[in-house]
Amino acid sequence: MTTWMATILLLALTCAAFAAALWLYRVNRGRPTLQALMHPLVTGPLMVSAILVATHIDYDQYRKANQLFFFLLGTTTVALAIPLHQQFHHISRLSKPLIITLIFGASFAVASALAIAWLLGGSVETLISLAPKSVTTPIALGLSEKIGGLPALTAGVVVFTGVVGAVLGPLIFRWLGITDDRIIGFVTGICAHGVGTTRAFEISARCGAFASLGLGMTGALTAFSLPWLVIFFLD
Amino acid sequence: MNLLRGLAVLILFQGIGEGISHITGIPVPGPVIGMVLLFLALQFSHTETPAWLGRTGHVLIRWLSLMFLPACTGLFFLPDISSSQWLPIAGAIVLATLLTLLLSALLMQKLMPAEGHRP
Repeated sequence: MTTWMATILLLALTCAAFAAALWLYRVNRGRPTLQALMHPLVTGPLMVSAILVATHIDYDQYRKANQLFFFLLGTTTVALAIPLHQQFHHISRLSKPLIITLIFGASFAVASALAIAWLLGGSVETLISLAPKSVTTPIALGLSEKIGGLPALTAGVVVFTGVVGAVLGPLIFRWLGITDDRIIGFVTGICAHGVGTTRAFEISARCGAFASLGLGMTGALTAFSLPWLVIFFLD
Repeated sequence: MNLLRGLAVLILFQGIGEGISHITGIPVPGPVIGMVLLFLALQFSHTETPAWLGRTGHVLIRWLSLMFLPACTGLFFLPDISSSQWLPIAGAIVLATLLTLLLSALLMQKLMPAEGHRP
């Protein structure tokens, strides 16, 4: 098989797996917990890896064929500036609760993950790959590469975090008796980034708007502080 | 056409961001610098966000899951992760996410003004 044909087939594999994953997600619409577990970012990669293993294609070849998607991740990161700009008027009105919760949530997410992983015997490389866990994937991947983690591990960690947050979030809010969709949205955006934001938009438009605000602010804050912190602590 | 116009602007900012990251050597990913620049440009332009740009952004963000599918697949092909690292990774994710959700929600609830201005 020529290289360009393999490239086209591997690109098509990504699209086909995603279409199948979306279908699985929509079929389970009536069952919230199961649906969160069936997120396209859980089932899609599972299908692709099963096919790669079955056909003896190595991941490196697949990754190179799908460079287009890696490039568009960066473009989408830039695009996050748009909802951030459109929702920015909330910040001036609720600046105190939003900014304090953001700084606490974003730093506690990193600190608690590192502390728990360290207590359970995680290596330095594991810790570095875990650090960007609450940041939306396109930013996290760039960060992990910059600070010397394993981008592939970080990608998985971020998705796993998003799914855990989107599944546990609603249970925790119900348990705490919180019904204010501004709090639900913003906290979900801080902790569970894109996966959580998709879920927040299902609750209400305002919930989704606050989630994208949380996602964008956490991404920007972590992206600008984490590299310096890692350099500071590792050097 | 409008989608392409939006895409061109976003890629332009992405390129400027990559350029700045590369030339200055600051440890912040190029697209993130591009995001901040676009945000500042929108904030200081004092006009509504152009509809074509808003639409492109909306489409890209809606398809975000598709774009990170190839990256996530890499999780199943990690050569250097020893099995001793799986417990710290899974434990940190589940426990830390749970704690962060719980404490952030409690904190924000304390800080929020009472919902008096409800329409």
